[in-house]
Amino acid sequence: MMTTLVASRVSPGRVSAVISRNVGALRSGPSYWIVLVSGFFEPLLYLLSIGVGVGALVGDLTVGGRTMSYAAFVAPAMLAVSAMSGALAETTFNFFFKLKYMKTFEAVLATPVRPIEVAMGELTWAMVRGSVYTGIFLGVMVALGLTTPGWALAAFPATALVGLAFGAVGMWISTLMRGWQDFDLMSTGQFALFLFSGTFSPVQNYPLGVEILIQLTPLYHAVELVRGLCTGVLGVGLAGHAAYLAVMAVGGLWLAARRMEKRLCV
Amino acid sequence: MSRRVADQPLIFARGLVKRFGDFTAVDGIDLEVAPGEAFGFLGPNGAGKSSTMRMIGCVSAPTSGELRILGMDPVRDGATIRGRLGVCPQLDNLDPDLTVRENLTTYARYFGLSRAEGRRRADELLEFVQLSDRANGKVEPLSGGMKRRLTIARAMVNEPDLVLLDEPTTGLDPQARHLLWERLFRLKQRGTTLVLTTHYMDEAEQLCDRLVVMDGGKIVAEGSPRSLIQSYSTAEVVELRFPDGLDGNAGYAAKLDGVGERVDPLPDRVLVYADDGDSAVAEVHRRGLTPASVLVRRSTLEDVFLHLTGRTLVD
Ligand SMILES: Nc1ncnc2c1ncn2[C@@H]1O[C@H](COP(=O)(O)OP(=O)(O)O)[C@@H](O)[C@H]1O
Ligand SMILES: [Mg+2]
Repeated sequence: MMTTLVASRVSPGRVSAVISRNVGALRSGPSYWIVLVSGFFEPLLYLLSIGVGVGALVGDLTVGGRTMSYAAFVAPAMLAVSAMSGALAETTFNFFFKLKYMKTFEAVLATPVRPIEVAMGELTWAMVRGSVYTGIFLGVMVALGLTTPGWALAAFPATALVGLAFGAVGMWISTLMRGWQDFDLMSTGQFALFLFSGTFSPVQNYPLGVEILIQLTPLYHAVELVRGLCTGVLGVGLAGHAAYLAVMAVGGLWLAARRMEKRLCV
Repeated sequence: MSRRVADQPLIFARGLVKRFGDFTAVDGIDLEVAPGEAFGFLGPNGAGKSSTMRMIGCVSAPTSGELRILGMDPVRDGATIRGRLGVCPQLDNLDPDLTVRENLTTYARYFGLSRAEGRRRADELLEFVQLSDRANGKVEPLSGGMKRRLTIARAMVNEPDLVLLDEPTTGLDPQARHLLWERLFRLKQRGTTLVLTTHYMDEAEQLCDRLVVMDGGKIVAEGSPRSLIQSYSTAEVVELRFPDGLDGNAGYAAKLDGVGERVDPLPDRVLVYADDGDSAVAEVHRRGLTPASVLVRRSTLEDVFLHLTGRTLVD
């Protein structure tokens, strides 16, 4: 009922108009490119330093009955991280700047465009940005022999889902933020997820309590989904991870649109 | 129901209220704006002009009262109504990440116009607001007046039935204001319905066919600039400044009692309202008073406002 109501009022044309504003902004400024490129290199550097470097010390790893090189274990996690951070950078810093300082959305909401359409356009754009990162990253993985082209193709849409999930929740958080100081808190949280989501070691290595705690957090599900596809280890568990991420995407989007309306349409 | 669409007011409000928490910003106002009219809200800062404009623009829901825009309900049909409005907000919110021209073409897309149509209208409107030579430049280096003109062009991109202008010339230098007035006057001549807010009297007198004077969230008077001056002021006003004016003005006002229709002591001068300013001046001299300066001028809306609220508009 709720979804049909929303769906019937959302105009794809207006959503794409919101996206095309960002395309225009990308075209007309070099500063944005710098941000874009730097965001890509971070996970890649981790892959090379830890995956390949530390991997040489660690040797092979056996997870779920399959043996793989440490780099092949870490690479999908870094791929998931790059999907997350690409989308998050867009829906937190950039989105917040447009929301609070540039008053971009105030101008948009004076037109027929609705808050949910702004949220959808911004999220799609964030997902595209994350997918540019993951597309290139997958290319690097194939080149280094860390996955096959076939599994890379299978993992790519999963990374898009990861982008949608984190982008949507990040956008919601942005609508709750008062100022830049709140972003420090978010960065810390993001870094904790980065370290402890089964990224650098299997979660089974932790005590059971910690393992369960980790299994509740979002990046864990992103890593597991992407790793399953990249390494070709399929199972029903993957559907569960995908469902977790889908709920994040839909829920975050809805909350973000609602908060945006509360904040701007007073 | 049988009224023709053309006769229907574009804006209709009865008992319109806007509250922010306990604070009442708009306190039960009634309005009707007809197609083709240039309608103004005149009032000091905090009068509730922007709050009213935002309700009319369907970005802020009324707390209570009845409001119909273009015959529709702003809460239920908000998106449809906004598609037919052009809005120039009090503070410019142009997009600094885009070029001047892209600001218009991007905006056109929000109204569902094709790229080609957006480009066509952008070029036409840039011509109209005399910014064609800046089309491919950024927004930031534009002067205040240019930004304002660009915002007005942006508001016109959907060929709106109703254009809302919130303080279109505040903060601009006189030359920029006159250029803007001239453009707005052209829009008016084309039959575009304009609704604007201002705290400048001369702006209201120049542009508005009809206006309401707002103060403290309420409408305190309504009419054409001329009829307001006729009802609440006299044809002429004599401004007298006395050398020891600062604390003596109240005393001088007492001595001027009966000169003209009304005498108003202000901190820096005494105003004498009279239909014949020169004979009022003669009477001042006959009473043996020697002001340092005497100015006889035509009455303005400023005097109307002063009379209605006891305060000056721009402080
Ligand atoms: N979002 C808001 N929250 C709380 N108070 C507000 C808000 N917007 C306006 N106000 C208050 O309402 C009053 C009227 O404001 P406004 O409509 O902007 O007046 P004007 O445009 O005539 O200067 C002011 O006292 C202002 O502080
Ligand atoms: Mg205002």
